[in-house]
Formats: sequence, structure tokens, C-alpha cells
Amino acid sequence: MNNFGQVASRQSTAVLATNKVIRNTYILLSTTLLFSAVTAFIAISANMSHGAGLIASIVAIAMLWFVLPRTANSASGIPVIFAITGLFGLGLGPVINFYLNMPAGPSIVMTALGGTGAIFLGLSGYALTTRKDFSFMGGFLMVGMFVVILAAVANIFFAMPALQLAISAVVIMIMSGFILYETSSIIHGGQTNYIMATASLFLSLLNMFQALLHILGAFRGRD
Amino acid sequence: MDWIKIGSALLLGAMLIFIFPRMRHALKHTPKGTTKDWMGYLLPLLAVIGFVIFLVMMVR
Repeated sequence: MNNFGQVASRQSTAVLATNKVIRNTYILLSTTLLFSAVTAFIAISANMSHGAGLIASIVAIAMLWFVLPRTANSASGIPVIFAITGLFGLGLGPVINFYLNMPAGPSIVMTALGGTGAIFLGLSGYALTTRKDFSFMGGFLMVGMFVVILAAVANIFFAMPALQLAISAVVIMIMSGFILYETSSIIHGGQTNYIMATASLFLSLLNMFQALLHILGAFRGRD
Repeated sequence: MDWIKIGSALLLGAMLIFIFPRMRHALKHTPKGTTKDWMGYLLPLLAVIGFVIFLVMMVR
């Protein structure tokens, strides 16, 4: 009976810890998304160039690789994640500006934004309610990401619109997988650091938004 | 070729170098999924594909 009590207590502690990680992740994710929207708006208002946007993204990626892993377990991880997401927002500004200047651009941007939000809510809801374990997808997603980046490098030189469209479609599928994988990882205790979880989900959303923007822009542009 | 394209290629190349060891590690340590597990991924994926097609039809 005493053992049963200890096991039950340990399980409820684990559930409480998981719920805390989920809550903290979603709070931090929503605030960082808001912050990156503000920096993207600043970049659009200032008519920032693509070159400046690329530099902001390179700095953000360097911080993501080299600074965040060292600070994620301490309070200093919070300003670092805000700096990273803010820089990504600056990098996104010129891209959004490009689409806003297209015919029906604002409608494309808003549809991509709403679509990304709806996909994220749907996939997170699916992972949270079914409580399925998607840890088996880790290798598949990493290989998918590697192949997509390889194809993107090739397309810089070949500049094939059809390949770019295919890359965007695959990115949406892979990012959907990453959202399921990361959410399931939080639920099953694989991910206990809400700052790292936020960074992963933020990147999935950012990539998905850009891919969706490209697909919608390409199909709109064909009319 | 302008410097933005060269910068993008360098950034993506760096990403490949960064991802490669992580990909190998993930391939070695990821548990194998059953058909049922993969169906659990394919179902929401099909829903996402359908939703994206719906969005494309909406903006056209």
C-alpha cells in the first residue's frame, strides 16, 4: 500500500512537471511570436533590405546554435530566446514586404499567417489529446530536413520554380512532423526545458509560415 | 551571382554541416515505429495537405 502511494505520488509529480513545461512553453511561444511580429513590423516599416534581413537571420541562427544551448538552463536563456526570435522577425520583414507588394499581397500574407496558426493549433491539439508518442519520427525528420536543405542549396544555382515549390511543400510536411514530435516529446518527458521547446516550435512555425507564403504567392502569381 | 545568393548558400551549407552529426545520432538512437505509429502521423499530415490545398483554392 505504501509502495502504491509512492508510485502514485511520483506519477502525479511527473504529470504536474509535464503540465508546467507545456504551460511555460506555450506562454513563452506566444510572447516570442508577438515580439517577432513587432520586429518584423519594424523591418517592414523601415523597408529593410533582403541583405540586412539575411544578416539578422545568420546572427539569429548563430545564437541558436552556440548561445542558446549554453544558457537554456538558466534565467539568461529568456533574453537570449527573445533576441533570437526578434532577429528572426527582422529577417522575415523583407520577405513579408516582398509579398505585401504583390497584387492581393495582404490577403496572401494574412492567409499564410492564419493557415500557419490553424495548422499549429490542430497538430498541437492532436498530439495533446491523443497523447501518441512520436519519438520514432526523430531520424526520419532529421533526414528529411537534411535532404530539403540540400535541395535548397542546389536550387540556389539551378533556380527552378517547380523545385522551389516542391521544397516548400515538403517543408510544410516536415515542420508538421516537428510540431507533433516536439509536443509529444514534452508530453512524454523527453523535453523538460521549455526554452528549448519554445525555440524548436518557433522555428517550425517560422519555416512553415515562409513555405506557406511561398506556395500561396506562387499560385496567386500564376493568374 | 549576387552576394545574397552566395550568403544564402553559405548559410545552408553551414546548416548541412551542423545537422549531419545530429542526423546520424538520431538515426542510430530513434526507436522504430510500427505501422500504427506511422498511421498516427499520416492522418494529421493528410489533413494538413488538404488544408493547404483549401488555402491555395481560397487565394486563387
